[in-house]
Amino acid sequence: MSENVPDDLQYTKSHEWVRKLPSGQVEVGITHHAQESLGDLVFVEVPQTDRHVAAGEACAVVESVKAASDVYSPVSGRVVASNADLAQQPELLNQDPYGAGWLMRVELDATAPGSALLTAAEYAQTLDAAD
Amino acid sequence: MPFIPHTADDVTRMLEVIGADSIDDLFDEIPAALKTTPLKGVPPAMSEMQIGRLLTERALLDGRPLNFIGAGAYEHHIPAPVWAIATRGEFYSAYTPYQAEASQGTLQLIYEYQSMICALTGMEVSNASLYDGASGLAEGCLMAVRANRASNSRRILLPRDVNPTYGQVARAITGNQNIEFEMVDFDRRTGRLPLSALEAYSGQDFTALVVQQPNFFGNLEEVDELTDWAHANNVLVIAVVNPISLALLKPPGEWGGRLDGKPGADIVCGEGQPLGVPLASGGPYFGFMATRMQHVRQMPGRIVGRTADLEGRPGFSLTLQAREQHIRRSKATSNICTNQGLMVTAATIYMSLLGAEGLKRVAAASAERTADLVAALTRIAGVAAAFDTPRFHEAVLLLDRPAAPVLAALAARGISGGLDLCASYPELGNALLVCATETKLEADIEAYANALADVMRAARDVRGAA
Repeated sequence: MSENVPDDLQYTKSHEWVRKLPSGQVEVGITHHAQESLGDLVFVEVPQTDRHVAAGEACAVVESVKAASDVYSPVSGRVVASNADLAQQPELLNQDPYGAGWLMRVELDATAPGSALLTAAEYAQTLDAAD
Repeated sequence: MPFIPHTADDVTRMLEVIGADSIDDLFDEIPAALKTTPLKGVPPAMSEMQIGRLLTERALLDGRPLNFIGAGAYEHHIPAPVWAIATRGEFYSAYTPYQAEASQGTLQLIYEYQSMICALTGMEVSNASLYDGASGLAEGCLMAVRANRASNSRRILLPRDVNPTYGQVARAITGNQNIEFEMVDFDRRTGRLPLSALEAYSGQDFTALVVQQPNFFGNLEEVDELTDWAHANNVLVIAVVNPISLALLKPPGEWGGRLDGKPGADIVCGEGQPLGVPLASGGPYFGFMATRMQHVRQMPGRIVGRTADLEGRPGFSLTLQAREQHIRRSKATSNICTNQGLMVTAATIYMSLLGAEGLKRVAAASAERTADLVAALTRIAGVAAAFDTPRFHEAVLLLDRPAAPVLAALAARGISGGLDLCASYPELGNALLVCATETKLEADIEAYANALADVMRAARDVRGAA
């Protein structure tokens, strides 16, 4: 896949990505495509630590000069960390969506059903189909 | 002339194309019970001359009473320049034009207004105004639920000495949002919210506490203690304040803070009418709202910001629009993303003309007049002050008989003697809420006292004879 859809991540149709961490927790963010469509971000609201999020639930807000969008949690679990740097530097999300622009880390629910996440190839296909 | 510029022919042809029989058919999916029907006794149309004559006749029926009613709307002197300037063509508009490229003057005026509200309330950011004080409280409650991330409840503590109309409006606006109001009783002797009433809720999860200063009875609340209790319990403070009183009283931005060193109410709202807007039944008035920067993205309404153009010249524009409904849709901070531009224009001119010193004099004179009024009226047999608490420019009197016939007898003598509290506060007995602002002279107060003494004596004679 292209550098804009890294192979080692999983994706949602609503343009979030999920990275499995060695600890078993997962890291969540929004894709290169998402940040590009939104344009220059001016504000990011990340979820409260310790909050429980359900897959498909709105968990963060990303705001550009002319638009504001909800970010939907791709997974169910407890938020163990959220990216505090984004409060002062929302542009991190534009510059490095898969790295410094991460949104939250989640401890997955033990009982979480098997994931319906997309592979990089599948996600890239949805982007091509939308073009 | 209709406002829809289609001829009957246009309409018929359009209906034919879409296959509808009439325009009403287009609204079929709205249940009939929800549609408005003509009001009884109100004709469908009258000419300008007819309606002018009718309304003039009706208005004359009110006479020109000497007014001692406050209860949320206050008669203050409005210097002639206020509306002479506000109605100039540059300002006078039913709709506030916000386009930065065409409306620098209007935007600057709103910016100055916001700065004045911040200075009065001691808060960090103000919006461009809301509809009125009551809807301001409703918006404040919705905002508190969004802003208080330490609370998982949607429960709000609402003292009974907050204007009961505000409580009704807040319930109506938040009715479908699962917000619960817990009513907290006031102390019968002091007529204010005792800290002990709140302590019963310590440790429970509440989103916000509403504190009205001065409260509906005109009494001064112990705002520092109340604010500190709220913050110690992760409860946000929504202050409802009278803007004129802020010229004398501690601004909400400085309430409390003795525990954590971080003073201040979290959300401040109130009725802006006393600032240069004349009394009118139902308005238009305007509401004001201010908060701390920490909560600015949760604040409803428009905000004008100061910025610089490409050449570095200062300019003004709407800011933080991504909170608003045209961008955020159902997640907007409010469905009311407008402001009361013309009323705000008058208020800004009023505050500019009076200045801090002038506002202080208005506030002090009003407090003094009310003290004089209470002293004069409580000298009459059968009239007593209900509470022995420091007050601003309003007071509750207790009569030895129902207030309604007394008020009717006073009205016959050209005096609006106050608001009968028996419906809202039956437990107070025959209670009457009175107010005197700087517009009441010594002679006016004497006239009221003489009339009331007569009315009370006459009623006593009648009862004696019976």
